[in-house]
Amino acid sequence: MSKKKNAATAKYAGFWERNRQSGGYLLRKTVMGYAVSICRAILLFGLCFLILQPLLNKISVSFMTEQDLYDPIVTSIPLHFTTQNYKLAAGLMEYSTTIIHSLVISLTIAILQVSVSTLVGYGFARFQFPLKKFWFACVMVMVLIPPQVISTSLHLHFRFFDVLGLFKLFTGSTINLKSSVLPYYLMSAGCMGLKNGLYIYMIRQFFRNIPKELEEAAYVDGCGTLKTFIRIMLPDAKPILTSCFLFAFVWQWTDGFYSSMFLGDISLLSIKLKQLPDTFGGYMARISGAASSAGVSVPYSNCMLATGTLMVIVPLIILYLFAQKGFVESLSSTGIKM
Amino acid sequence: MKRRQKNKLAGLQKRKAISGYLFISPFIVGFLVFMVKPLFQSLYMSFCDVQLGAGTFNPVWRGLFNYNYAFRVDAEYTRLLTEEITRMAIYSVAIMVFSFFVALIINGNFKGRALVRSVFFLPVILASGVMLKLDSENALMAAVAATVEVNAGGTAGITDAIQSILRTTGVGVRAFEQLFEIIDNIYDVAISSGIQIIIFLSGLQTISSSMYEAADIEGCTKWESLWKITFPMVSSLFLVNWIYTVVDFCMRSDNEIIEKITDLMNVNLNYGLASAMSWAYFVLVMAIVGVSSLIISKGVYYYE
Repeated sequence: MSKKKNAATAKYAGFWERNRQSGGYLLRKTVMGYAVSICRAILLFGLCFLILQPLLNKISVSFMTEQDLYDPIVTSIPLHFTTQNYKLAAGLMEYSTTIIHSLVISLTIAILQVSVSTLVGYGFARFQFPLKKFWFACVMVMVLIPPQVISTSLHLHFRFFDVLGLFKLFTGSTINLKSSVLPYYLMSAGCMGLKNGLYIYMIRQFFRNIPKELEEAAYVDGCGTLKTFIRIMLPDAKPILTSCFLFAFVWQWTDGFYSSMFLGDISLLSIKLKQLPDTFGGYMARISGAASSAGVSVPYSNCMLATGTLMVIVPLIILYLFAQKGFVESLSSTGIKM
Repeated sequence: MKRRQKNKLAGLQKRKAISGYLFISPFIVGFLVFMVKPLFQSLYMSFCDVQLGAGTFNPVWRGLFNYNYAFRVDAEYTRLLTEEITRMAIYSVAIMVFSFFVALIINGNFKGRALVRSVFFLPVILASGVMLKLDSENALMAAVAATVEVNAGGTAGITDAIQSILRTTGVGVRAFEQLFEIIDNIYDVAISSGIQIIIFLSGLQTISSSMYEAADIEGCTKWESLWKITFPMVSSLFLVNWIYTVVDFCMRSDNEIIEKITDLMNVNLNYGLASAMSWAYFVLVMAIVGVSSLIISKGVYYYE
């Protein structure tokens, strides 16, 4: 009884009392703890500010009138608040049609890429077959090869597209697929789209961690290979599939390389954004009646670009706010190891 | 009896092998059609002069002419190549150090950790693809940033003062210059290290705290346990991150070599030279990745 009471008093004894008992260790430790967290807070605040500052700048600039841009007093809070920039940028980028195109393309491509990568990743993770190591090495090679190396020949490949010479045999000429969407869908279906190797790798890592017993139990209960995959494995893999889907969607949304190579004729947000300074220059030249776009002020054109960039990334920010867990947590839970 | 069982087992294995191949068949087909074939074709084209006709193209064999032209005649290529590769090496190292450091800081337990983590991850989403290039070209943003900097840090700023002090010491000035360049471009480093931070963080979280406790009781300082426990435990992730960083850097849209190649292809329609240039670049980058990962993998420690 008395022992218990003793322990209780020791626990609730004053800070200084406990400090004296530990020979000054407690005080030192507490002070160090506070110092570390203050330093960390300052450092992290600075680094976060560093990352967020361009975004905040863009937001403030996008509400400024042209007059404010030249005003040396105005830096971050606009003097003449306006939403005119947004209207103009939306008009120049044909925002309402472009965003629908972008949505449709990104969604379909992301779904296609993830579903094909799931199949391939599952195959690599759960089956033993000859040459498995070789094919997986091919996946790694694919991740490492920059698409620019093969871009020249892909260009020609789709310009003079043919399947085993069949089209040439029947119609007498090859098909020009360069200005259609088909090549890119074909490439995505063949796992050769944007960063597709990475998704295969992530999904394989996930499936490898599922215990073998689960699969064996399903086999014993009479599930076939495909049924096991669909009914046992897929429901488990939801988190990693969502995160792969989110990555595929976002990277497709902002991608400039594949889009300008294969999807040049469809107005996508990323392409329109790239062209925005030129479009804007042309527009200014037209309304001022000048012969060329050389006279357009650089700050105003850049302000336009900032507005356009914001309009392109706003859907992504909204997505990120809602699906933040999907992006970060499943990436860290896959246990990426070499 | 025994033989029949063995046969049956072989049959099951065969079936599984076939279904395995069926599962990865999209990859095999895609790899052969969209990767191997174009790869060999572009290798072949790099030795040719590709003439585009109406409806056809015919490569004419010219041997090493394109490579010769790229390295010895073209005014820009060699300069861009050395510039890009030194930039890649320096920035990749900086990104590794930065992301490891940030992961170490975020790994502790404090309020608002999730918020900080999501802020660091934000650039993976927002600074990808075309945004990266447009951001770096935006002069107005740079001007605004400069104004903010001047307003915040007085007239000269503390970094300038430190830089001038270090410059006057006269020791290792060149190394300092590289360091200053990285510090001036810390934003570039920060926005391209989102994924690396998350990977390091996931590695740090798997280290069991009992190791640190044991080390603490044995009288190990924090600094020692960083080098003796944390570093070896996440060393395999250094390899993953290093490869990811280098490859990511090669594919960035603000890479000048890539721009030059794309220009050659789309504007000048010089497919042969463009292929030669991209192959030379590719082989160099591969060599760098191979050698550096070999060196890193020597130092990797596997716990299991």
